[in-house]
Amino acid sequence: MTSPSTEPRAHSHGLGGIPFSKLATHGSFDVNDFPVPAGREEEWRFTPLRRLRGLHDGTAVADGTDKVDIDAPAGVTVETVGRDDERIGAAGFPADRVTAQAHTSFEKATVVTVAQGAALERPVTIHRQAQGGTRYDQFVIDVKPLAEAIVVLNQTGTGVRAGSVDIHVAEGARLTLVSVQDWDRDAVDVSQHNAQVAKDATFKSIVITLGGDLVRLSPKVAYKGRGANAELHGLYFTGDGQHHEHRSLIDHNMSNTRSRVEYKGALSGKDAHGVWIGDVIIGEGTTGTDSYEHNRNLQLTDDTRVDSVPNLEIFTGEVEGAGHAAASGRLDDIHLFYLRSRGIPEEEARRLVIRGYFLELVNRIPVEELREEIMAKVESKLAEHE
Amino acid sequence: MTKFEIRGLRADVLIGEDERQEILKGVDLTINSGETHAIMGPNGSGKSTLAYAIAGHPRYEITEGEVLLDGENILEMSVDERARAGVFLAMQYPVEVPGVSMSNFLRSSVTAVRGEAPKLRQFSKELQGAMKDLAIDPAFAARGVNEGFSGGEKKRHEILQLELLKPKVAILDETDSGLDVDALKVVSEGVNRAKAGGEMGVMLITHYTRILNYVKPDFVHVFAGGRVAESGGPELADVLESEGYERFVKAGA
Repeated sequence: MTSPSTEPRAHSHGLGGIPFSKLATHGSFDVNDFPVPAGREEEWRFTPLRRLRGLHDGTAVADGTDKVDIDAPAGVTVETVGRDDERIGAAGFPADRVTAQAHTSFEKATVVTVAQGAALERPVTIHRQAQGGTRYDQFVIDVKPLAEAIVVLNQTGTGVRAGSVDIHVAEGARLTLVSVQDWDRDAVDVSQHNAQVAKDATFKSIVITLGGDLVRLSPKVAYKGRGANAELHGLYFTGDGQHHEHRSLIDHNMSNTRSRVEYKGALSGKDAHGVWIGDVIIGEGTTGTDSYEHNRNLQLTDDTRVDSVPNLEIFTGEVEGAGHAAASGRLDDIHLFYLRSRGIPEEEARRLVIRGYFLELVNRIPVEELREEIMAKVESKLAEHE
Repeated sequence: MTKFEIRGLRADVLIGEDERQEILKGVDLTINSGETHAIMGPNGSGKSTLAYAIAGHPRYEITEGEVLLDGENILEMSVDERARAGVFLAMQYPVEVPGVSMSNFLRSSVTAVRGEAPKLRQFSKELQGAMKDLAIDPAFAARGVNEGFSGGEKKRHEILQLELLKPKVAILDETDSGLDVDALKVVSEGVNRAKAGGEMGVMLITHYTRILNYVKPDFVHVFAGGRVAESGGPELADVLESEGYERFVKAGA
């Protein structure tokens, strides 16, 4: 059954007596439904607005270009469609003004469809290289029933980018989406991932954020049937002056659904700022929800900043599991002691422990080649800070 | 011929920011290569502190005394330098280091201690052989260091490291605790293999005499109240077995 209190709805407040989630399940496609943020709003209070380059107040001019190469194996259709395509926006509302701005302003969308029952021989890879300027984008990933796919969104280059990735995982299908934010140091990226996970389907999101000046990524999950499962894994390495913000929302609007959220970051250097907001709603009248979320932060230097906020809203008494944990701190000196007590020099021990910390997460990527590719990116980012 | 000397060692455990407690109150002990010294004593007497303090554990601070390895004070060395100098501690509670694979860890460790990277094929052969001797499933090499291992599996891996690193002095901190008889035999055989060349000194810390049936001590010391309270030959273990530690607990208090 669905829960009236947590369904996506148009941006309107005070609908009457139904207990209403305070979390951002509401939204709108129209940018004018959102006031220009001033910075004190709950959803903006951690984000440095001045560094959004006008994405939030309507002053940004869409003048940018991307070079997009898509490698799609058999069983996959790739289309470029106009604004009127009905598949756009079908997975959820933009939850903030920037994402709504992107929806209001984009010109063409990319739709990737995985055919029913298809088992892909290799991942779908979308190489997106931003070539400066400001640009709004929409992607739709539509995985038909019983299909099994890995989609890699590999993002590099520079520019100011905002947009959405709509994700449909149909009945019994399995999708792993690996989204890599390997932007140049001066890039800005504000995006929302909207996943609709159907009965007995599994959606696995792996977010790797390394680059950019400011990255704000909001993965959202809602369920369309029982037995639906979502796992969100995130890794970020935030260096001097970088702002990496991840805001996940899991809306357990159906009974017998499962979610796991695991975000792990490391921060190094002056004013490196990591933000993790983990919203979980367990809807009214639902039963058998199994949910757990956690965030860990490794602060490699003292001049870094972490904001880690788990929010659980539970509107039912029939929950199977709902937990959260968050921990931030330095490298564990007992880990280092153990390695060093075996003769491994301190610097090497540090390297091993930090790599191990990330490898745990990277190992959740299903293809070895892809794991190695991602780990190589992490390695080169780490090397900059050693 | 190696001489390992602990002289007048005093150490505190660091409890909190401003809180500490003296545990070691003047330990003297000399271990020559080829000798096995059993350190026995009641719980809380400071046996494990002695082991950790020698290895350089960050929760302990040495306040007085020296620990000499062939005349060189290892307390002036960093933790990893001590290990490279030839001091090995098999821990009672080995640490889990998530995400670092056992094989990667062992190769790094062997490389550091031997001073050069072993040839990959040679090393993997050596590792497989050593794992087989300790009845360790080869699949463990791919797992994270001690990650999710049972108590017995952790102890086997400590001895695996002992056999690969071939230290001059091995400190075994309650390696026997929590092992069933079969595991105890396997682990003891590993210690005996490492001892076989006669070049390694062993400090065998234990609460029970059981392991001494498999790893024969040359000397037995009773540890109580943060120091060596009595020393003797293997027969002292039998006395302790029948009489317990009661008389030392009273004396130490």
